[in-house]
Amino acid sequence: MLFSATSSILIVFFIIAFMLSEGWSAINLDFIFGLIWHPKTNEFGILPIIVSTVIVGVGAVFIALVIGIPCAIFLAEFAPNWVRNIIKPSVEMLVGVPSIVLGFFGLMLIVPFIRDNLGGRGECILAGWIILSIMTLPHVISISEDAIRAVPNSYREASLTLGATKWQTVRNITLPNAKSGILASLILGMGNAVGETMAVYMVIGNPNIPWIPTSILDSVRVLTSTIVMEYGYVAWGSQHQHALFAIGVVLFVLVAIINLMARYAIKRGMIER
Amino acid sequence: MQRNTIIAMVIVAIVIVAISLIALQFARPVGGELKIAGSTTVLPITQECARLYMEKVCPCTRISVSGGGSGTGIQLVGDGLIDIGAASRDLKPSELDQWPDLQPVAIGKDSVAIIVHPSNPIDDLTLEQIAQIFAGDITNWSNVGGEDAPINLITREEGSGTRGIFEEKVMESFGKEIAGEALVKTSNGEVRAIVATDDNSMAYLSLGYVDGTLKAISIGGIEATIENVLSEDYPIIRTLWLITKGTPNTLAQSFIDFVLSDEGQQVVEELGYTKVE
Repeated sequence: MLFSATSSILIVFFIIAFMLSEGWSAINLDFIFGLIWHPKTNEFGILPIIVSTVIVGVGAVFIALVIGIPCAIFLAEFAPNWVRNIIKPSVEMLVGVPSIVLGFFGLMLIVPFIRDNLGGRGECILAGWIILSIMTLPHVISISEDAIRAVPNSYREASLTLGATKWQTVRNITLPNAKSGILASLILGMGNAVGETMAVYMVIGNPNIPWIPTSILDSVRVLTSTIVMEYGYVAWGSQHQHALFAIGVVLFVLVAIINLMARYAIKRGMIER
Repeated sequence: MQRNTIIAMVIVAIVIVAISLIALQFARPVGGELKIAGSTTVLPITQECARLYMEKVCPCTRISVSGGGSGTGIQLVGDGLIDIGAASRDLKPSELDQWPDLQPVAIGKDSVAIIVHPSNPIDDLTLEQIAQIFAGDITNWSNVGGEDAPINLITREEGSGTRGIFEEKVMESFGKEIAGEALVKTSNGEVRAIVATDDNSMAYLSLGYVDGTLKAISIGGIEATIENVLSEDYPIIRTLWLITKGTPNTLAQSFIDFVLSDEGQQVVEELGYTKVE
């Protein structure tokens, strides 16, 4: 038992240590704030890639919020049991769709649709948002619904007894109490979206030399797609290889920060209650 | 009850492992195993040859073939992780420094076609126009006699042999580099799929992959056909390699010999490449 517990810690520890030892030498100010990523001429600036990653992640979670939270409220507060029994398993089935299938769906349907109707290359931030929001939705809906359900019934009853309507109760009593759980679901969704690789790689275009996007129809590169595109031919021991590991470190730090924020949100919610 | 569940799970796990071990024992090929990876340009050739080899020469071998790009193939064979690496470009000096005992064998020739969507009215461009378009100096089809629409460029990743030869024969002759706006795709198949669905796209693709879903344009009046590649009129031509580390083992040698045999070379030609003389 103790061995199993420590082994998982050791695995995480060794992965971090290995990534740091390989990537550390490439991390400096020029790396983080450089504007040009061009391995051929040994220019490794990932600012456009970081910015794109954050834009793609935040946008996807925003869409998931706009669709997911009302859905969670409906499921937890208003839906009759039989409706809930249909919707919830369907939503959770989305988790099981492999990301490569979603990516292929995006490439063959969403990308041409955007190209024909909105212009641009089609492979763009917007396509990434749509695909990633589909992937984040089940997590957001599932966790938020649990958070809303966890609000004690006595709160709702008290509010209803005082003459508040059902909607007033939801808005003023249930949602404020479930706030931290909902926030945590969004932050966890964000961590998911930032770390997602295959689906997003297939629909965001990945320009030869990335730039900071100015429109949601711009093609971008994210941290994960850069690694997956370039690890195949990178020469072992080259500066390029260290730069790719450094991207891994940046990605790791980004996701770790997001997860810490989620933990903080959950903890704060518990203290409040 | 919990203890019972755990014991049951352990027994099930042991049974599964045992069954799969026994199955593996029966499935293990007597003739050995051969791993091939690398250039997606060479991939159709190695795939078809592997199929024929396993069918006709030695049914007991198991040959696994995968892509990954020329750079990947050379790296994997250099590190001894696969038996044969496939490359659609010549070995670089830096690669020979790193792995001095790599042995390339030419198995065929290929050309890189410049491709557009079949609905595109443009049939012919000069080499310089192509270089200007890929460098991002010309960004609209109307500038080269087409409709008023942006040119959507698609390129391969840095380690690709197809990209290497395109840069060498087209871009570098005019001192240009591929534009930053070009979208990177990591296989010939992906490039073909994108160009076939995007009316305004332009890309370069191994001649062996050109089919009815897209249009190969001629360069300075010379069409991208096997005859023009053979006569060396078509300006972009390259050699395809199978690479081993040191002297190949018996199985690898036998497979390479098969690719070089009349039967193997016929596969090379049927797939739209040119056989080696």
